Amino acid sequence: MEGIAPGMGVADARALDPSLLVEEADFIADAAALAKLAQWCDRFSPWVTSCGADGILLDVTGCAHLFGDEAGLTRRAVARLARQGIDARAAIADTLGAAWAISRFGGAAALTVPRGSVAQALAALPVAALRLESEIVALLERLGLQRIGELYSLPRAALAARCGDSVALRLDQALGLAAEPLSPLPPKPLLWSHRSCSEPIVTAEAIAAALRELLQHLTRCLGEDGLGVRRLSLAAYRIDSRVERIAIGTAFPSRDTRHLWRLFEEKLERIDPGLGIEDLVLTAESVEKLAAAQLGLDGEVARSDSADLAALVDRLANRLGMRALARPVLRESHIPERAVRFVAPLAEPQTPARWNAAQLRPIRLLPRPEPIEAMAPIPDDPPRLFRWRQRAHRVRHADGPERIAPEWWRQPGPSAPESRDYYRVEDEEGQRFWLYRAGFYHTDSTPRWFLHGFFG
Amino acid sequence: MEQIENMNKAAETARQARLADLRCYLAEAEGFGQEAGVLPFAAPAIDGALPWRGLPLAALHEIENAGATDGNGAASLFLAGILARLVPARPVLWCLQRPDLHAPGLALAGLDVRRLVLLRAPNEREILWAMEEGLRSRALAAVVGEVDSLSMPASRRLQLAAESAGVTGFVLHRNAGQATVSAAVTRWRIAVLPSAAVAGEPGIGRPRWRVELLRCRGGMPMAWDVEACDAQIRTTRHVAVSAALADRPALLRIRAAG
Repeated sequence: MEGIAPGMGVADARALDPSLLVEEADFIADAAALAKLAQWCDRFSPWVTSCGADGILLDVTGCAHLFGDEAGLTRRAVARLARQGIDARAAIADTLGAAWAISRFGGAAALTVPRGSVAQALAALPVAALRLESEIVALLERLGLQRIGELYSLPRAALAARCGDSVALRLDQALGLAAEPLSPLPPKPLLWSHRSCSEPIVTAEAIAAALRELLQHLTRCLGEDGLGVRRLSLAAYRIDSRVERIAIGTAFPSRDTRHLWRLFEEKLERIDPGLGIEDLVLTAESVEKLAAAQLGLDGEVARSDSADLAALVDRLANRLGMRALARPVLRESHIPERAVRFVAPLAEPQTPARWNAAQLRPIRLLPRPEPIEAMAPIPDDPPRLFRWRQRAHRVRHADGPERIAPEWWRQPGPSAPESRDYYRVEDEEGQRFWLYRAGFYHTDSTPRWFLHGFFG
Repeated sequence: MEQIENMNKAAETARQARLADLRCYLAEAEGFGQEAGVLPFAAPAIDGALPWRGLPLAALHEIENAGATDGNGAASLFLAGILARLVPARPVLWCLQRPDLHAPGLALAGLDVRRLVLLRAPNEREILWAMEEGLRSRALAAVVGEVDSLSMPASRRLQLAAESAGVTGFVLHRNAGQATVSAAVTRWRIAVLPSAAVAGEPGIGRPRWRVELLRCRGGMPMAWDVEACDAQIRTTRHVAVSAALADRPALLRIRAAG
């Protein structure tokens, strides 16, 4: 609405527009919202805190390159906030005070002050940009000091005597002549448990006992918060000031001391105690909600197959890696190599397990079809004889062909794979193979034959 | 005359009862097979040759493929047929080094591939370790491990693990012919035979196998010529090695060959 500005009285504003909606200011909620927004900003820098009633301070030292450069960072931050409906202004400067001043009085949504030119950038700004109380600003203006630049040449002692210490301090802070530490918001609380040994421990048994105690403590804490752990790390601080670390992960959130202990047990031998370990810290690096389990009448938690399977998968994956485990899923594709998809071992199976019985498939499929020498005198007939891995097989019976055309929509153009004519053949011993001829039969070229699988 | 016949009959029943008692006693002494259950093959000739009248669960079994086939198809299919018929239908952990197992082929054998969890391990040591972990977990119905050789201590560990949690273990030998002593309860060898032609139909007939029971705790080695298992008979809760065509003890077969 034309004419309505911050700082105007409600009556004046209503006079301009009688339909104005008026809400009481809720400073506590504003502060909470600002703190939440500051936490959200930790994607730009880990060193974040809210500042006053309307600002957020970020120490972006060493963070800007992640967004291209400093200008890129401010642009990104302002754009992201704009998407949330927040009209933000950002500035990056050498000092906290200068950034504060330029973001509020600089006149643009995103500004970056080049290194070392703070004094120059501040010179033209009004003295109110120095974070001073309004009485002092009024006093300075009465003295004829309108711009910050006019304060530069004044002796600090005279300035302090006239206007109090705050002017000189704020000016020095803005120019980087006085230190101004920034206290960040406390990071998200981590769940951890710590144990100091009265005497450095060396033996595997002592480490195991200490770890078991830590696990018990941590799982109790997790239980109180209704959480389960997905990633746990153990740091062992040695007396020669080296730190040994091991970590475990679970497929499902867990706070089962026994299960977590078994996962650690596997890796405990990797800890080299050296001359002794004096501190052990167990940290839950990643936690998820985990509802409390119902106890049965016998006081034991009811066993469930899925929990048992998850525990087994954790133990196997902990040693061999998560990628070593997979669950096959049948896929509707005629291409044998594409007929099976692999999903995570604990994924909920979606697809039906049925396979069209009319399409006979081998039980063992070579990962890569192997070329064979085949004698097939009649076109579009199975071979009479073929040689695979230096052994000749005389074909007694054969079924086919089953023509499997390539899925042209996947790889269109001249690079598309050839169609294949598959035959099921049996040699004189009774071994049953899956062979195919690549491409169509041409009189002018010798057909290429491959062995792809084995039937039972 | 009739009296003598009756007396003979009574003596025969008493003998049978005594034998059954002894079998129970032996099974109890062995500590497995009774309470864990048995999976019958539903082929009387085979079940009759096994002291448990079927394949004992919660135990370790070895299966190998006869001949120098790199495919291992027959042994794999025989195993898939057994796995498909295990109840309750819990997940099956299949540990392998080479990822050449083809899920559609397993599905055709009647195995619900949604039950299958595949584990690829870099070496045999890890496979044996993973098998033992799996056998000690109550979440599984069976554990399969593909190895080249199985030492006595390793087989002993696996057999004890299988007994402890009631999970059935299968060692699938990738290289046949290295029959070492092991603690497994049975050892099987599956060989392919030329298929039985279906009258009036060209092409490959019904696949046939020679199933050899090489070793069996408390039983005799035997061999049978059977038809391969497939999905058609999966509705029955039996291993479908039906239609034993010619059953004879392994010893006799060797003598005939020599």
